[in-house]
Amino acid sequence: MADTPFIARGFHGRRPAPGVRLPPGQYETRDFPVLSAGPTPRVSLATWDFTICDDAGHSKRWSWDDLQALPHDRPTVDIHCVTKWSKFGTHWEGVSVDTLLDGARAAGVSDGQFVLAFSDGGYTTNLPIADVTGGKAWIAFGYDGAPLAPEHGGPVRLLVPHLYFWKSAKWVRGLRILDRDERGFWEKLGYHDRGDPWREQRYQGD
Amino acid sequence: MARAAIPGRLDWRVATVVDVRTETARARTLTLEVPDWPGHTAGQHVDVRLVAEDGYQAQRSYSIASAPEESSVALMIERLDDAEVSPYLCDVLRVGDGLEVRGPIGGYFVWDVAQSGPLFLVAGGSGIVPLMAMLRHHARAAESTRAQAPAKLLYSARSWDDVIYREELERLADSPYVDVTLALTRDAPADWSGHRRRIDRAMLEETCWPASRTPRIFVCGPTPLVESAASLLVALGHDPVRVRTERFGPTG
Repeated sequence: MADTPFIARGFHGRRPAPGVRLPPGQYETRDFPVLSAGPTPRVSLATWDFTICDDAGHSKRWSWDDLQALPHDRPTVDIHCVTKWSKFGTHWEGVSVDTLLDGARAAGVSDGQFVLAFSDGGYTTNLPIADVTGGKAWIAFGYDGAPLAPEHGGPVRLLVPHLYFWKSAKWVRGLRILDRDERGFWEKLGYHDRGDPWREQRYQGD
Repeated sequence: MARAAIPGRLDWRVATVVDVRTETARARTLTLEVPDWPGHTAGQHVDVRLVAEDGYQAQRSYSIASAPEESSVALMIERLDDAEVSPYLCDVLRVGDGLEVRGPIGGYFVWDVAQSGPLFLVAGGSGIVPLMAMLRHHARAAESTRAQAPAKLLYSARSWDDVIYREELERLADSPYVDVTLALTRDAPADWSGHRRRIDRAMLEETCWPASRTPRIFVCGPTPLVESAASLLVALGHDPVRVRTERFGPTG
């Protein structure tokens, strides 16, 4: 960076414990803070579904039971929120996005370079396809051995732990496959299109 | 070498602390002069960055308490014991010091008085801060504009002494277009005739505009309060898209 950092007079701070790797500007929390832009949606699993579609009219839909019948992963991952907290070693259960994309492809859904995740309540977020494939992203419905709580995105949220956590859309209902990037809810309001915490991509232009 | 600002990019700016004001035993307001401040909308926040001599840095987000019409930027800091940043901002930082900030950030939990129609604000604890920016903005509007955007605040605090901006809120409530209701949850003065409980359905029903008036609603505070109030408002018939939330507790 070209900037000379401004030293805060008398600030010493607290270094993370030895061996702990925190992205720049983040601090560790043991809690699981909740951040959402609106009320928590309540949905019935009987009518819940998950859809992957393209803009040519192809789509693949899974009911709750269909999703549960797919192979489950149990990733343990660190998560990083753009509001500065990071939480280490969180335990999740879900289905790999790779598995769902394979199913969508088999149903005729086109490939693309980007996805726009969409959720109950109208939330959206955009991601490069490369960030949700290769074993890096899940459709998660379990947290810490229990069903994912509504305030944390239950019944189902996207989990993309290597990006800032607003990309891990709560209450997710599907993915739109896109050839060109299309900004989601926070991205239209100035947040970064990719959101890599290690490169501190918090806002557009970072 | 100074770097030219890239349009659309949020650059760090070194602000100067021009005033420090004690709000409550645990909260204080820092008033900052920010060079080339681009202006903000009520409800937005800034990021604060503290860099130590060895290059270690910490960042936190703080809501802006001042109205967009004010030339300086006010942040309210609640002091948490044993935390990394808030004790520095409350105990060490003093008038004349520099402080790195960038912003304004956030474009959803925002309100402008020109969006006429009733406004309903629900605050818990330090969650009052972005809502105070909205009320201060409201107070600076022309009488006719204010009349088109009547505001009500329901504010929950632990005790009378924990009510941040208490005197200013009393003054604001002198306006026919502003209504302030306090709920004291733990401790109330002996002569207190207001609510002595947490925000609940009956309190929201009594305080908020009916859903038929389609108020714009902003709820800010600790997660349990926000989850509860937002769900109750939806149950009372308010469209979820009109209920905007920001969940924050004190930040270390």
